[in-house]
Amino acid sequence: MARKPFGDVILKAENISLSFGGVKALQNISFQVREHTISAIIGPNGAGKSSMLNCIQGFYHPQEGTITYRGKVRRAQKSHEAARNGVARTFQNIALFKGMSTLDNIMTGRNTKMKSNFLLDALYFGPSLKQELEHREKVEQIIDFLEINHIRKTPVGRLPYGLQKRVELGRALAAEPELLLLDEPMAGMNIEEKEDMCRFILDVNEEFGTTMVLIEHDMGVVMDISDHVVVLDYGKKLAEGTPDVVRNDKDVIEAYLGVSHD
Amino acid sequence: MLYREAGQFKTSYQKDQQIFPILQDRIFVAIILVIAFGVVPMVGNDYWLGTIFIPFLVLAMAAIGLNILTGYAGQLSLGTGGFMACGAFAAYKLTTAFPDLNIILVLIACGVITALVGILFGIPSLRIKGFYLAVATLASQFFLVWLFNKVPWFTNYSASGVISAPPREVFGFLVTGAEAHPSVKYIFVLSLVTVLALAAKNMVRSSLGRNWMAIRDMDIAAEIIGIKALQTKLSAFAISSFYCGIAGALWAFVYVGSVEPLAYDINRSFQVLFMIIIGGLGSILGSFLGAAFIVLLPILIKNTPAFLGIPMASDMVSHIEAMVFGVLIIFFLIVEPHGLARLWTIAKEKLRLWPFPY
Amino acid sequence: MEILNAIFVAPFVEIASYPIFFFEVLIGGLLTGVMYSLVALGFVLIFKASGVFNFAQGAMVLFAALAFASFLEWGISVWLALPMTLVVMIVVAYLIEKLVLGRLVNQEPIILFMATIGIAYFLDGFGQTIFGAEIKSINIGIPDGTWEVGGMLIPEFDIVAAFVAGLLVVVLAIFFQKTRVGRALRAVADDHQAALSVGIPLTTIWTIVWSVAGIVGLVAGIMWGGKLGVQFSLSLIALKALPVLMIGGFTSVPGAIIGGLIVGTGEKIGEVFWGPAIGGAIEDWFAYVVALIFLLFRPQGLFGEKIIERV
Repeated sequence: MARKPFGDVILKAENISLSFGGVKALQNISFQVREHTISAIIGPNGAGKSSMLNCIQGFYHPQEGTITYRGKVRRAQKSHEAARNGVARTFQNIALFKGMSTLDNIMTGRNTKMKSNFLLDALYFGPSLKQELEHREKVEQIIDFLEINHIRKTPVGRLPYGLQKRVELGRALAAEPELLLLDEPMAGMNIEEKEDMCRFILDVNEEFGTTMVLIEHDMGVVMDISDHVVVLDYGKKLAEGTPDVVRNDKDVIEAYLGVSHD
Repeated sequence: MLYREAGQFKTSYQKDQQIFPILQDRIFVAIILVIAFGVVPMVGNDYWLGTIFIPFLVLAMAAIGLNILTGYAGQLSLGTGGFMACGAFAAYKLTTAFPDLNIILVLIACGVITALVGILFGIPSLRIKGFYLAVATLASQFFLVWLFNKVPWFTNYSASGVISAPPREVFGFLVTGAEAHPSVKYIFVLSLVTVLALAAKNMVRSSLGRNWMAIRDMDIAAEIIGIKALQTKLSAFAISSFYCGIAGALWAFVYVGSVEPLAYDINRSFQVLFMIIIGGLGSILGSFLGAAFIVLLPILIKNTPAFLGIPMASDMVSHIEAMVFGVLIIFFLIVEPHGLARLWTIAKEKLRLWPFPY
Repeated sequence: MEILNAIFVAPFVEIASYPIFFFEVLIGGLLTGVMYSLVALGFVLIFKASGVFNFAQGAMVLFAALAFASFLEWGISVWLALPMTLVVMIVVAYLIEKLVLGRLVNQEPIILFMATIGIAYFLDGFGQTIFGAEIKSINIGIPDGTWEVGGMLIPEFDIVAAFVAGLLVVVLAIFFQKTRVGRALRAVADDHQAALSVGIPLTTIWTIVWSVAGIVGLVAGIMWGGKLGVQFSLSLIALKALPVLMIGGFTSVPGAIIGGLIVGTGEKIGEVFWGPAIGGAIEDWFAYVVALIFLLFRPQGLFGEKIIERV
């Protein structure tokens, strides 16, 4: 299936500055993301990448600057309201619910689309069951897609790291997001797992046209799959552009990819 | 051989989600229910029915309540006794103020009243977490018990301070008060507990239950993916208190026959907490197993020395009880922190392979 | 109308009319508060060093007091009984570490907390089985009279207790900040696994901490036991230490002191001036409700570490 053509700008970050107490996590960052693209945010550790993701999602509120999503300026909102913006994410240190099974974890991803009425739930048969089965359908599709059928009833706390990351991706997908934020989705994986994850990311983008922004350290992956790269260092933006442009940018090479000594 | 699942295919998601997906489990549960409803009342003597089964069932309901709050939603509560007292006194006031009101409606009403109180004392849980919350629930425990002790309105200004539960009937059978027959009381409590346990099981396997467990496991992540912490925590407090309130009312009306605040003190809270720890946090079955364990253990301890011919003073027995409880709690936490319910699941797993070792 | 007057007007009138009496009550409350702090200190130590919320602190206080009182009863002199009890508490600490904590390394804090509830029940029962359940007295020559200061009567005993508590706090503060062992304790409290990985011997550290807490418990037990007689209700006093911790913060030694003072004075003043209006026995719940309200505004207590969760 062909990829959807790149759309208009769906996400705009303008002059974002974020600090925690005295620590300036982000300073005056601006960039744009177009719909249906895969963008990567790269940079050394501590550069502020996760903080940027948190701002995009609405979990952090920058002291200065604006995030504009689909033309609407983001105002400060509670975390669970932010979840209804159409943006979903995965986390650097897996934030799964360790006591629940894979299936249940991914089902929680559907919570923004489900209505919960405890009386109907107590009854089970009737509207509650109908809703449950409806969403179970959708979740099973995701489970098929991510090839995690064999572990659907396993408590996620028992799963190996790579599979947990996949389950987390599933939970994010369950929310049917337009914009998906992935925080180091390939961290700690071996080559096969990385290839699988890349495949899933590309498939999601192709099939659903989901715009993706990912933080990633593996340069091979970044250069391969992203359409657009933003480079951060010490909270400031170093460069922005296609992978080729960024790869050859002098500042980026010095700060991140290493200075060549002749 | 007996416990093979081979050949039992779940052909729909609905079948997959049943409480007892395996046929042998369904048969087993059916047999238990038949015994519980049919055989026990016929065969059981008044002592067993009145002093063992009834408290077991009532405490199991309290355990389910606490399990919902602590085991599923992760909010550690030491205030169970206080909420049970709330239910008992609410039921007393209702039955004396509205003598014609059916006892089942009274129970539901006192459950609702306790749920509202639960929500009130649950509000701090939005800011306070973990051990701090446990200590905060002690505030509700001590305050509520003090309230019912000190404010005479709750005892209808009774001079003696002893308030007996008024007799009430269901379908013409006396179920509360001193005159009621133990086997009738037993069936009454058993029916209530069965229905409410089923309701609880349905709630915990629905999206409500998932939201509770998400808040328990990682509440920040839960909020980020859209689960409303406020509503989820308060619903846990409310529903948990509903169950504890009804349990408290049943304890006074059906078991003891009178409403005494002493029955709902801090020791009761610990007792119910021990039930869910030993039985299994986050398990409806565990609530029952834990309750059975805690109800039967003191009887065992009390009777063993006599059985072995060793004389023992009664206060010594209570000290030994405390020691044995302490050791058992520690033992379960080390060996199987998920309690008897997990041991049960493991036993079933082994049974699937029997007679093969693996 | 009556109630409103009784709550908002009468007590203040009474305070203003009898200032000397008020100060007497205030000082009595402060001194009781110091005793609460003693118990709270044991909690703070263990929590600071091992991250474990030791519900059994009260039972340890009771156990230590029972042991000490029994030794005295059996005719052993104070100077021998004291080190003997210390040894007993160290043995208890060692056993707790070996049989309970050591087997629960890296479990969630709530599991450890529940294990300490188990320990509490066990120590309660065990102590009373071995040492008997009748009320014992501890008489080690602490002056029993009252001082008269500016028209107020202040019990000498309480002053001694306050002094002892103060001394203990200073010693502990120095221990934590200045010694190697103290530093190791703080490392362990932060992260068990990290501490293990830099070679800090977890088992030894925990045994040390629980022993120190046991010793603090002994001091508290002697103070309280001397005042009230050694009996089961001592462990209920330990429950009172919990609101102290909530107000002061679980990880702070000065917090335990200040929290104790707040709780002690609050309780006493509340009971004496407001109690009669609402039926008395306010002390049952006053401390907890105050602590609860306090926590709503400052969830980590006055001096506790702010709990920062990152995703």
